[in-house]
Amino acid sequence: MLALGQDEIAKYPFLADAGQYLKDQGFSLEQFGTDPDLRDLIRKAYDRILVAADGKIYKSDLDGDHVSKEAALPREVFSFLLAIVLLKLSGMHTLIKRFALAEARRAEKYLERDLANISDESKNQLAIRVIDDLFSVQVEKSDGYFVIPVSDYLKHSINFHEREWKLINRHVNHGRVFLSPHETVRLIRKELGTYINSKIINAKTPTMIPGFEDSVNKLVLLSKKFVTYTATTGEYPPCIKHAIEILEKGENLPHSGRFMLASFLLSKGQTVQQVAPLFKNAPDYNERVTLYQLNHLAGTSGSGTQYSCPSCEKLKTQSLCFATSECDNIINPLQFGRKKK
Amino acid sequence: MQEADILFLEDSFKKYYFNHFDLIKVPGRTSEREFGYQKFNSGMTRHISLKDDKELHLLLMQNIPSDVYCSNACYTFPNLPMNEKDWKEADLIFDIDAKDLNLPCRENHTVSICNDCNDVSKNLTRCSKCNSTKLEKKSLPCKNCIDASKIEVEKLSEVLINDLAIDEENIQVYFSGNEGFHVYVYGSQFQEIGSRERSELTDYISLRGAIPETFGMRKLKQDRASFPDFDENGWRGRFSKHVFGSKSKRSKIITELIANGYSSFQKTLDDASENIGVKIDPNVTMDIHRIFRLPGSINSKSGLTKIRCDDLTNFDPYVEASFLSDDTVEVFANSPIEFKLKNKKFGPYLGEKVTVPTFAAAYMICKKLARIA
Repeated sequence: MLALGQDEIAKYPFLADAGQYLKDQGFSLEQFGTDPDLRDLIRKAYDRILVAADGKIYKSDLDGDHVSKEAALPREVFSFLLAIVLLKLSGMHTLIKRFALAEARRAEKYLERDLANISDESKNQLAIRVIDDLFSVQVEKSDGYFVIPVSDYLKHSINFHEREWKLINRHVNHGRVFLSPHETVRLIRKELGTYINSKIINAKTPTMIPGFEDSVNKLVLLSKKFVTYTATTGEYPPCIKHAIEILEKGENLPHSGRFMLASFLLSKGQTVQQVAPLFKNAPDYNERVTLYQLNHLAGTSGSGTQYSCPSCEKLKTQSLCFATSECDNIINPLQFGRKKK
Repeated sequence: MQEADILFLEDSFKKYYFNHFDLIKVPGRTSEREFGYQKFNSGMTRHISLKDDKELHLLLMQNIPSDVYCSNACYTFPNLPMNEKDWKEADLIFDIDAKDLNLPCRENHTVSICNDCNDVSKNLTRCSKCNSTKLEKKSLPCKNCIDASKIEVEKLSEVLINDLAIDEENIQVYFSGNEGFHVYVYGSQFQEIGSRERSELTDYISLRGAIPETFGMRKLKQDRASFPDFDENGWRGRFSKHVFGSKSKRSKIITELIANGYSSFQKTLDDASENIGVKIDPNVTMDIHRIFRLPGSINSKSGLTKIRCDDLTNFDPYVEASFLSDDTVEVFANSPIEFKLKNKKFGPYLGEKVTVPTFAAAYMICKKLARIA
C-alpha cells in the first residue's frame, strides 16, 4: 500500500484503511452518532451521497492542492468514511454504485491535476504510482505526454463506447500509446469506480448506530427514485432483420452472423426448437450440427455457459451491423426498441 | 464425398505424413497446447494434449486425419473441457484470405456446385440446371490472388513492426494451404490480452472505425496544421501518403478536403480503409480459444500443405506446397477452370475421364471438382 501524506488521504480517501484511520484519529463510529459537535459530519456525509446520487461531483473543501483550513482535511476524510457507513447500513446497491462513480470522478480531478503538475515532481510520481499500483498500467512520461503500452491501453479502452477511444484514433508509436494527463486518468475512470465500489461492497456492515437512523431511512427512500421500468417495442433490430433476410433468400450467412442471430433469439426467450428452422435454408444446412450448436449456445449442452448476443461494436467489426437511426446509440442489439418509462 | 474418394485421399495423405515427419512439428510449449483433428465426412475431435513430435506422428498414422489443428493458446489443462482448461495466454494470429480481398479476377476462377443436383457451373447466382440457389462456391485461386495476399502480409508486417513494436524475428508467415496466409506473432506484449482487446487491435490494423479528427479534420474551426505530415509514423503517415500522393500536393489537397467538408472526409477515410487498411479476418485474431491449422499438415480444402514461407516474395504455393505423389490416377473431372500445379497445367475438364498425377487429382477432389473414376 502506498504511504500517503495527509492531504493525499483527503484527495484519495478510498486508499486509506478506514478503521485504522478513525482509530489513528482517536474516534469511534458511535461518537459521531452522539457527540453534538460531530453529528454535523453525518449530515455532511449524507449530502455527499445526495450529490453523487444526482450525478454530480461532491464539491470539496479542499482548495487546489492545499487544505484551506486546518480542520477541513479530517472532515473531508470523515465525510467519505461516514458516507460508506450510511450506504452499508442502507444496503442500497444503486446508491453505492452512484456514489462510487461520483467519488471516482472526484478523485479523477485530483489525479489529473497531480499528473499535470510540472512544478512538483513528487505529486506527479504519486499519481503515476496510484495508477500503476491500483490498475497495473505502467505510465511513463515523455515530452509532456503520458505513454503506456498498447496492451495496457486496450485492457481499459475496451470499456469505452465512444469512437475517439478506439486505438485507431490514438497516437500510437512503437507499441505505445501517447496520452494527455486528462486522457490517462479518464482511461481508468471505470476501474476507479469499480475499485471504490468493491471497497464499499467488501467493507463490513456495522450494526445500526444510534444517531444514524434518520439518514439511513432517508437513503432508503431516495434509492426508490432510481428504479426504472422498461418496455420494448418487440421489433427486431436491423442487424437481426438483415440476417434473417439473408437466410430466407437461401444465401450464405457467415458463422459470426449465425452466432449473432441465434444468441439474440435465444436471449429473447425463444427455444432451440423455435430457432433451428431458421437455418434450414442455409446452403450448408445440417440438422444435427445446427441443433448441436444451438444447444451449445443456449447452454443446454457443453460447458453450460449461455452465450449472449455480441455487442454492436463487435458486430461492426464483423461487418454485421446495419444500424439505422432507430438504433438510437444502443450498445447491444438486445437493447433495441427498449424505452425507459 | 464418396467412399472411393475418401480412401484415395486418406491413402495419399498418409503417404505424405509418413514421408514428411520433418515438416510436421509440434509448436513450442507443446504440453500446454490443445490439439484437434478431423477425418473425412466426420466431426471434429479436439481437447487432445500431446507431449512431443512422436506423439503427433503416432496420431497422424493412427487416424489419418483430413485436417489437423493446434491451439494458439496455452492452457494449464489443454485436454479438459473449454471452461476447465485454465487459459494462460495465446500467440497473436492473423488470417489473410484471398476470398476477402474482393479481387476482380475471382469471378474468373470460381465455380459453383449445386447442393441439390451437384451440377458444376460458372453461374454464381443460381444453378443453371435446376435453378436452385443453394450453391457451394469453390475457387481455384490464381497467381494474382496469391500476389494480392502477399501484399496484405507485407502491409500487416509493417504495422506490426513499426506501430506495435513486434520484433521481425517473432513474426512467422505460413501459406494456409488454400487461399491465403497465416501470420503468427510470438512473445509480444499482446500474449495475455483477451478477445475484446484483440478485436480492437484488428480494427487498428484494418484502419477501421477511424474518425476525421484523428486525421486532422474538424467539424468547426479548421486548423491546417493538424492534418498529418507526409513523414509521420503510423496511420497518419500512411494516410497522408495515400491521400496526398506527394509532399508537394499536401497543401492543395488539404484545401480541397476542407472545402469538401466533414462528412465527405469520412468518405475519404472509408475509402482509405478499403485501400490501405490491412485485410485480415477479424474473427480469427479475436478468437483466443481457436485451434488453428497445424503447420506442416495438409489442408483438405486443397490437398496442399500449410507451409512456412521464408522468402515470401518468391514463394509459389503451387510449387512449394504441393507434396503429394506423382503417381497417376484416373478421375472423372468436371473442372471448368484451368489450374497449374508443380509447373504443369491441368484442365479445363468438362465432365471427362482423365489420368492425372495424384497431387492434381487430390486438388480437384478436395475442391469437389472430380471423383475417382
